[in-house]
This record gives sequence, C-alpha cells and structure tokens, in this order.
Amino acid sequence: MGILELLQKKIVFFDGGMGSLLQAEGLGPGELPETWNILHPDVIINIQEAYLTAGCDVLTTNTFGANRLKYGADGEFSLEKVVAAAIANAKEAVRRVEEKTGRRGYVALDLGPTGKLLKPMGDLAFEDAVSLYSEVVEIGVREGADLILIETMSDSYELKAAVLGAKEHSDLPVFATVTFDSKGKMLTGGTVKSVVALLEGLGVDVLGVNCGQGPLQMKEIVTEMLAEASVPVLVNPNAGLPRSEHGKTVYDIDSDTFAEAMREFVAMGIRAAGGCCGTTPEHIGKLTALCADMPPIPVTKKEKTIVTSYAQCVEIGKDPVIIGERINPTGKPKLKQALRDHNLDYILQEGVNEQEHGAHILDVNVGLPEIDEVAVMQEAVEALQSVLDLPLQIDTSDPKAMEHAMRVYNGKPMVNSVNGKQEVMNQVFPLVKKYGGVVVALALDEDGIPKTAEGRIAVAKKIYAEAAKYGISKKDIVIDGLCMTISSDEQGAVTTLKTLRGVRDELGGKTILGVSNISFGLPMREYVNASFFTLALQDGLSAAIINPNSEAMMQAYYSYRALAGLDEHCQTYISMYAAQAAALKAAKEAEKQRRSSGQSSTARADGSRQQGEREEAAKSPLFESVVRGLKEKAVQSTKEGLREQEALEIVNEELIPALNEVGKGFEAGTVFLPQLLMSAEAAKAAFEVIKDAMESAGGAQEKQGRIILATVKGDIHDIGKNIVKVLLENYSFEVLDLGKDVPPEVVVETAVRENIRLVGLSALMTTTVPSMEETIRQLRKAAPDVKIMVGGAVLTKEYADTIGADQYCKDAMASVKYAQSVFGE
Amino acid sequence: MEIRKREVLRYLGYRGNAPDERTEQLVDSCMEEVQRTASPVHVYRVFPVTVESADGMIQSGCFTTESRNLAKNLKDCEQILVFAATLGVGIDRLLAKYSRFQMSRAVVMQAASAALIEEYCNTLNEQWKRKFLEEGWYLRPRFSPGYGDFALENQREILQALDAAKWAGITLTDSLLMMPSKSVSAVIGMSRKPGNCVLDGCEVCKKTDCLYRRN
Repeated sequence: MGILELLQKKIVFFDGGMGSLLQAEGLGPGELPETWNILHPDVIINIQEAYLTAGCDVLTTNTFGANRLKYGADGEFSLEKVVAAAIANAKEAVRRVEEKTGRRGYVALDLGPTGKLLKPMGDLAFEDAVSLYSEVVEIGVREGADLILIETMSDSYELKAAVLGAKEHSDLPVFATVTFDSKGKMLTGGTVKSVVALLEGLGVDVLGVNCGQGPLQMKEIVTEMLAEASVPVLVNPNAGLPRSEHGKTVYDIDSDTFAEAMREFVAMGIRAAGGCCGTTPEHIGKLTALCADMPPIPVTKKEKTIVTSYAQCVEIGKDPVIIGERINPTGKPKLKQALRDHNLDYILQEGVNEQEHGAHILDVNVGLPEIDEVAVMQEAVEALQSVLDLPLQIDTSDPKAMEHAMRVYNGKPMVNSVNGKQEVMNQVFPLVKKYGGVVVALALDEDGIPKTAEGRIAVAKKIYAEAAKYGISKKDIVIDGLCMTISSDEQGAVTTLKTLRGVRDELGGKTILGVSNISFGLPMREYVNASFFTLALQDGLSAAIINPNSEAMMQAYYSYRALAGLDEHCQTYISMYAAQAAALKAAKEAEKQRRSSGQSSTARADGSRQQGEREEAAKSPLFESVVRGLKEKAVQSTKEGLREQEALEIVNEELIPALNEVGKGFEAGTVFLPQLLMSAEAAKAAFEVIKDAMESAGGAQEKQGRIILATVKGDIHDIGKNIVKVLLENYSFEVLDLGKDVPPEVVVETAVRENIRLVGLSALMTTTVPSMEETIRQLRKAAPDVKIMVGGAVLTKEYADTIGADQYCKDAMASVKYAQSVFGE
Repeated sequence: MEIRKREVLRYLGYRGNAPDERTEQLVDSCMEEVQRTASPVHVYRVFPVTVESADGMIQSGCFTTESRNLAKNLKDCEQILVFAATLGVGIDRLLAKYSRFQMSRAVVMQAASAALIEEYCNTLNEQWKRKFLEEGWYLRPRFSPGYGDFALENQREILQALDAAKWAGITLTDSLLMMPSKSVSAVIGMSRKPGNCVLDGCEVCKKTDCLYRRN
C-alpha cells in the first residue's frame, strides 16, 4: 500500500525532531548533522527505530540540509554518499521494526531550504535552486525513498523550486510544509492562502505547516489552511516555543499538552501529524496513542479561484477584480520602443502606475514581431515581480514564452489565454497542469467566434471538459465571453452580456472581458466603455481587463461595488471620492466669493500670470524647482516654458545651470545627498517633457556619450551604482546599466560590442574588490582604449590605483565630472 | 523601538546640519515606511570561549579564529554571546523598488533602515545586559566579523552555528554578504569581571575624519 492509500484509510503519523536528539548525542554547534548518517549510523537508526516504535508511519531521512552547496561531489561526505546513507539508515530502522511488529514504515526523503536566498534579492538563481533539489531527489529515488517531504520552507520561490525539482525527477508523492512566523507570514511575505494556492497549483499531494511555532500558536494557521486546502493537510509543529536555559534549548510545553493540541487539529480535519524541533519519540508516542483511532475527516474541494504573487492573493469571485491592461505594446509606440531597448524601467513604471490606480492584477503582454518574446517575457515577469507585489497575468500566444514565464513566476499566475481550439488546448493545459495557474479561456474555437451566446457557452463547456481530462478544475478557468465592437455589430454587447449570464447561471463559472474592445471605432469611447462595464458587472463579470488610469472606468467600478452591496458602508467609495467632492465644493465657494466681490476670475488669473512672469525674470521657476527638488513644479514649468522658448534654450539656460548649482552645493557640503537626488529627479522629469517635445517636433536630444555601469560580480548591493546612474543621465549621458552581480565577461563583451569608451564599476565589500580587479584586467586586455572609473564604500584612491582603474570617484558628482572629461566637454 | 532621526541624518552625511523642509518630509515618510515594513527577528546562543591574548587565538564552541582586536575585546571573558539579527527581506524589496523609481527615497530608506537595525541591536544588547547581569555576567561591547582583523570568513561558522537561515532567514552570499542586507551578526564577550561596557563602536574608531562619525 502506498502512502497516499494509507492516507485514505487513517490518520498518518510522521516522526519528530532529529537535530535536538543528535545534539544530546554530542552533535556540535555548526557541525553538519547529515555527516552523522555516515559517522554514526547507529545513532540515527536508533532514533528512527524509537520513532517507529512510538507509532509513527513515516520516517523523514536525515537530509534536511543535504545539497551540493554543503556536500561537494567528492570526498568522504559527498552528496551521493550522505543521502544514500540517510536512506539506508531509515530503511534499516523500518526493517527492524517491521521484523518485530509486522508494521510497515515509510521513508520520506527530506528536503529543507538551500540556506541561500534566491535572486533577485539573493545570489542563487532560480534554476540553480531547482537543480540543487533535483540532484538530491534523483539520489533519493534511486535509493528507494517512498515519498518526498519538502519542509521548513519560508520563501515561496524556493518552495516552488523544490517542488519542481521533486516532480521533474520523480513520480513519488510530494508532501510540502512551510513555516510561518507569529504573524502568520512566511519570511518572504507569503500567507496561508497564497501558499496553499501555489502548492495546489504545482500539484503537491499533501501540504501543511511545520516548525516556527508550537501547536498552541498554530491553531489559527491550521484553521485557515483547512479552510483553503483541497488536499490533505500535514502539521508538524515544534514542541512549543523555545527558550535558552543554561546554554541549552528547551521548549515550553510537555508531551501531553503537545499531543492534546494535536488531537484537536485531527478533530478539525488534518490528515497527517508529527513533530518538528524539540519533539521526541515520547511526543510522538503520546500523539499516536491519542489520535490513532480517530476517524479521518474527509477532505473537501474548495472551489476558490485564486491567483497569487509571492505575497498577495487575489480571489476572483463575487467581488470583481481589475486587471491592468497597460503593459501591452498594441498602439503604444513608447512601450514598443522600450521593449526593443529592453528598457524594463519603463514597463515597471507602467506597472506601478496601474497599481497606484487600483489594479489588482497586471496583464503582461510583450508581443512584438521583431523581438525575442520568450526572453523579453521572462525578463519582464522577473523585473515586475521583483518590485511589485501584485499577481501577474501572463499574456501571450507563444506557448514557449508562456512556459518560461510561468516557470520563473513567483506564485500562481493568471494565464492569458487558451481557447476551444484543440491544438491550443493541447499546448496550454499541460503547462497549467504543471505550473499551476488560472487560465483565461476565450469562447471561440476552430469555427471562429460563435455569433450567439449559446454558441459561446457551448465552447466554454467544451473547454471545461478538456481541462478536466488534465485534472484542471473549473475554478481555475475564467471564461472570456468575448467583447466585439458594437460599431460593426450592434448586437455585440447584448450577445456578450448574455454569455456572461449564461456562464454564471448555467455553468457556475467565472468570467473575464477585455472591456474596452466594445467601443472600437466610436468617438468618446470612454462613455460607452464605462456604461458597458457597469452592465457587464451587473451580469456577473468576475474580472475586467481595463485601463485603471481611466477615471471613468474606475468610477464605474467603485460605484458598482457600492451599489451591489460589496462595499461595506460605502467605505471604499467614500475614501475614493470624499476628498474630490470637498475640493469641488471649495472651488465653487471661492468662485462665488470672487463673483460677489465683483472681481472676475479671468482678470485675477491674468494678474497672477503677470506676477509670475516678473518672478521668472529674477530666477526662472524651472531653475528654482530643480534646485529645490520639486518634481511636479519642474514638469509644469517646463511645459509652460516650452510655449515660448526653444527646448535647447531651456536645457542650457535653466536645467543645466540648476543642476550645476546643486552639484556645486553638494561638493561644498551645503547640499546633501537626498537633496541632490531630489533635484536630479526633478530635472529628469523636466528632461522627459523636453524629450517628448523634441521628438514630436521630429528632433532628438543629443546624447553626450554612452557609459556602462555595473556592480561587480559577487556584489548584490547596487544603491551606489544607481545614484551614479541617475546623475549621469541628468547630464545627458546614456547609461547601459548592467545591474548587479555582473560577471567580468559580461562587462567586457558589452563594452566591445557597443564600442564603449567609459565603464563605471562599483563594489561595496572588500570581498568583491577582487572581482572588480579581475573585470579591469579583462577589460584592459579586450578593450585597451576603454577608460574605467570605480567607486564604492571600501574603495580609496590608492586602492583604485592598485587595481588599475583610471579614476577613483568618491561620489556621484565626481563620476559626472570624470565622464565629462572623458567625453571632452 | 523607534528609528532615531538624528541617526538617519548622520548616515546621510548631515554631520549636525539641519535638513531643509523637503528633506525633512522625505526623511519622516521614509522612516514611517521602513518602520512599517521591517519585521525584526534575531537568534542568539551562548558559547564557551578561550582567548590567548598573546597571539589573538580565539577558540569557542562557535568559531575558531585569530584576531587581536577581538581578543582584546574578549579579555577576561569565559563565554561569548553570539547573535544574528535582521529586519527581514521586505526592506530589500523596498530598496530595490525605490532604486528603480525614486533614488532620493531609496537613499533615505537605506539610512533609515541602517538606523533601525542598529537600534534593534542596541535594544537587544540592553536586554541581554540586564538578563545576564542577574546571573553575574558582565557584557562587553558587540563586535562583528569584518571589524578590525576579525575576519569576515567567520560569518560562515557563526551563521551555521546559530542556524540563522532557519530561524531568522539570514543567509550568506558567496562573497560573504548577509542577505537580507539589513542584518547584523556579532559576538559579545561575557565576563565575571565588570569592564568596558560602552555600547557602541563609532566613537572608538580611529578614522576621525569619517563623514558619518557621531559627534
């Protein structure tokens, strides 16, 4: 009988702690516990035998920290030997107990965290994490493990890597448990809900919680997990909360209290139970004695449609969800250019704007004929999830781009889209099955778009049925009822709305629409869009792909929620619009007063403008805004200035002098870094306005020169480099920002390929200066004409000379000066 | 536990100068966001230690190293308290985000979070000082790998012995940087004799022209 069958029949018991028992046997602090599989197999076997005798069904192998980073390929403690010995030990314990009692034990290959933080925050690449786990899994499978237990995971991304490693390299059942802090969060921000959605999407057999806390503190988490999970739940708590007593760790509850708390969890519905740190065979013995005969509570399917980011969950259900549509190059020349230039900042800025305007999920579409969509989609997803906590909707018709993006996505994504065509379903459903996701299904097939709602509903049914063959449930499919413009078919909206109702009422499904398509070809599209949006919401639309920056659409959305009873006490509506109402009222009052005092408002406005012009003569508002770091004012003054002045004139007579003034102040110690940067940001915003103006007039701003910036390999702090970048760009240099942790080869290759004259390198730590030196050495060889400036916390002029740099820059202004001298200004 | 604005300004290089109004607003709002985002956790253990002051050899249950600076710091100590503390990875996400969009904010947040982790360590130190005094131990100032000749390489053993990745999510990169970046690990000597118990190290540093020196 396999472990999953056993789970159907009874409560399954896991073993308890290993580390604390090994310490009692003499394992030193910092000593690698897995070496004891080889050094002291008897100790391990005896402990595991005691657990089985105490009544547990599953032994976890002593391989928690076993991976290639700690155990190399060769030597006495190779990964291979350590893992093989761990499994042999567990099997020996199982054999002994089986011989004595006839009771079968199972061996779980134990996988813990890698001990590294994943990129982009840390330095372990996602695929490297996957392969670290794969290696252990391959050995475990070969040596005969019965199941895989991934445990004590506190980062959703690493958890995903571990599950992929397990599932791609074995057919064994996969159990995965995670650790939450006292606030119910994983260390990197995940919640019970987000982790359940992620793990079920990835197809684990059992999920749960372990370590971190004792059973008394876990009740809320276990309750929530049982409410969310559609697979059996496993709980392995610590023996209470730890404290240090005379240099030893002790836990605050006894084995009876532990077992009693666990009994309650079993009564609530968990299907597997064991212990973690501090628990002993005594704890497990009491646990099994209390719970062995309890009837397992059936696991029910929860029909929730959930997408997640690394930390956030969005449920697509009764309360409609806004999906931002702005990251899509169709009809957006600037975004097109940004995609061609790999300018991720532009895409990120769009994403941030959408979030600020109320989007819950961001659609990401980077489809352009002339770019490598697979690579760019992956880049965009990685960049967006590194700075935003909103879930993403991966929007592509290229299955390869879809797979790459789904793989690197940190969470359970939304996927746009599948449709009723057999070929497309054959491509998309296996991906959804493997990586998890909520998939948008367009109600069309080989015969095109059905003219009638009935036809579209028939296609939806077909899609559900095909998905079910893969084990993908209806809750993970959102039907796109298809929005056709009413300018070519006046029945378009009626049919779409009827489809929405049909999916909701007949099929019990969820729906989505790209709402603004409805008005294509009409004037004042927002009027139609907003009205149609309200009708669609009323007819059950679950998610809307719209432009959240459109006020009319968001007004329709907030109003609908208030009208539909989804906005308690209209709180959201009021918080959105109360301030606006007050401002309008104040403006009216002011106008009234002006009228009654007999002064016309136009005259007043003229007067103030004249006064403004007089001030400008003394010191221009733009100059002043930049010096004082006022971004909005800088933009406004630039726009006003452009009505009367040439763009270049503004740059040379106002912007550059303002920057110089601030720069001088910085050097003199009267202006400080935050001010310098606020001024830089104000100037940058002004430059953007000027750039737009010049481009629409057919010209382009001249660049002073192209400079590579990089934080050297091994260094993952890039704040210094980013400061330099902001200032160089201010002075019209074009910066090729290679990012952080950049290998020397990449710097060299880019410098040669792009014919670069100046490279700026940053290093923060003494430990990474050698890679700066290496980068310089390679640059000198491959591109002898390149000038190199360096900077960073540990560098000095002398140090910079020693490693062969051309220039040491003590701060960002110094790098601007040096760049100007290199490019001969 | 509150961020001290004076410290934030010191990290920003103000050296006693008052910030202008806009900077002040920026500093206030960054402090608020850092405070809200930080989730401080720590882990500590006490180990026996033997110190050869002649050659600076230090042997403890946690690490073995040669460091004259640390040996001097651990004079008369029989035990050491080794700890690691962090503000969590949420701060790094904030820094990454603002580095892309608003560098002025990133820089101030960097300073605010540096001030907060120091404050956190000071608070912990104070707690331990009181707690261990009851048991007759006098605590020495905290000393981190990378200070003076106390090699950064000791980070590996320290974090391993504390199991800091598991308990506090503190990891090391290949180049020995701690991640989350706002993390501190340090050694505190424990002695039966009262001695130099000054809390902080800035004043004793020999680099008197440092831009960030506390006045």
